[in-house]
Amino acid sequence: MAEKFDLNDREVWDGNYAASQALRQAQVDVVVAYPITPSTPIVENYGAYVANGYIDGEFVMVESEHAAMSGCIGASAAGGRVSTATSSQGFALMAEVLYQASGMRLPIVLNVVNRALASPLNVRGDHSDMYLGRDAGWIQMGAFNAQEAYDLALCAFKVAENHSVRLPVMVHQDGFITSHTAQNVYPLMDDVAYDFIGDIVPVDDMLDFSRPVTYGAQTEEDWHFEHKARQHKAIMDSTGVIDNAFEEFEKLTGRKYNRVESYNMEDADVAIIALGTTVETAVVAAKRLRESEGVKAGVVAIRCFRPFPYEEVREALKNVKSIAVTDRSSPGGAMGAFFNEVSAAMYTSESRPLVTNFIYGLGGRDFSIDEAIRIFKEQQAHADAGHITTEIQQFSGLRGPHLGFFKTARS
Amino acid sequence: MQDLKLKANDNRGMSQLEAGFDLLGWDEVTQGSVLPSFDGDASDIVNKKAEERTYSGFNSYTATVASWRVNKPVFNIDVCIDCQNCWVWCPDSSILSRDKQMLGIDYDHCKGCEVCVEVCPTNPKSLLMFNEHTDLEVALSEWPEKKKKEK
Repeated sequence: MAEKFDLNDREVWDGNYAASQALRQAQVDVVVAYPITPSTPIVENYGAYVANGYIDGEFVMVESEHAAMSGCIGASAAGGRVSTATSSQGFALMAEVLYQASGMRLPIVLNVVNRALASPLNVRGDHSDMYLGRDAGWIQMGAFNAQEAYDLALCAFKVAENHSVRLPVMVHQDGFITSHTAQNVYPLMDDVAYDFIGDIVPVDDMLDFSRPVTYGAQTEEDWHFEHKARQHKAIMDSTGVIDNAFEEFEKLTGRKYNRVESYNMEDADVAIIALGTTVETAVVAAKRLRESEGVKAGVVAIRCFRPFPYEEVREALKNVKSIAVTDRSSPGGAMGAFFNEVSAAMYTSESRPLVTNFIYGLGGRDFSIDEAIRIFKEQQAHADAGHITTEIQQFSGLRGPHLGFFKTARS
Repeated sequence: MQDLKLKANDNRGMSQLEAGFDLLGWDEVTQGSVLPSFDGDASDIVNKKAEERTYSGFNSYTATVASWRVNKPVFNIDVCIDCQNCWVWCPDSSILSRDKQMLGIDYDHCKGCEVCVEVCPTNPKSLLMFNEHTDLEVALSEWPEKKKKEK
């Protein structure tokens, strides 16, 4: 039996420590890892908990992130509760195996501490690794601070292991801004946290010798499509289970999560929609702008990036006149991926608000409150003019001449 | 002469690996394309002989891939010393052996890779490759003599 860990009602934890405490309380059976900055402490702490008797589990050190996720797949197929953490280049090296995990419907929880992808080499936070995983068939949740990194990691196990879901889940937090900033975190006591998740009930586990199974079958054009369709249906249908997990978590803690979060949106004319720590910056900016200039600014945030909450985004933004969609990833020859998805959601609304795209914060470049205020004001200018007065895609917080692309066609 | 109607061959190779029949819809395929190897409880399956096992329709045991082969290994029981080397090395479990006695080749699953011939230690070899369409009697009649050591 694992040792009890003494916790205060309020702890001072950074995002990494918070996530590792969630792994401990979930009593994760196996962590297979190849640690990488800035997510290293998550798996490092898990190893320490195992060594010190706080977890009855196993820490497996491997030779690469590709091997780390492969090991997680083996342990999960065997029937264990499995988790690991990674960032950036490590996430990229894992990419091939991420698709294997979701295709085999294995409920692995991956803590992703978001970091830029090289080149140039960079250890700071942006969302290029998160975006790289967006088509991998994983549920993706986003934490905006250390408390949420802890809360969502607990919820992630409950969702992933639910038998009507059986899909892997990523819990994202921003590198350094969340992962290395110590904040007040209100943890659950060990028993309460474990009971919230419950025991894992394996499905098709390879250690069930009464029913040997094959994982990783080959399918060609006669079977592959049906398997991928069934997998897509499962992730699309996971929304109800996610909502239920968030509701149960609220009853336990008073902390309410939604797949789409709204701040000051009741009467908003203009909005920023964002992911990660940018949300809290934008919320402060919206409040200041409302107080100082009476601009009706609001913020919409994505808690659950996959499955993408099209209906909830449309509902949250339907009364807004102009929306700034913020992408913290170099789009490589297109509009930002987040912009495309929000635009798709809003195109099917009756109001069809103006939607613009900001590329910002690459490689951990700070996104300031002043810049968020400037973006809100620009949205107000679009709203007043009744059309987009700038390029649709602009770079924000960039040195050098103004950089923007693609304008509305106006005859 | 070896037994051509091997008991252990009975329920092998019943189906061809090809599309167009019994294809299920997306709502019917197994979750995660995970495939059970046997029908029913398989707890004691290890103690059962191959022909007694309840292999599931997903199991490759019941499917034949004989058409993948161009050349086939032929087994000569008169030369074989039952060393089991071919059984150990065969990558497709296509050497049929029972109680450490070599019985023959599972031609439903053998791909003709020639590994068994390569590892056979007898002189002459007890396994040799022949064209897929060569009759067994013809192949055996063409078996080489024992090679003399060169002085």
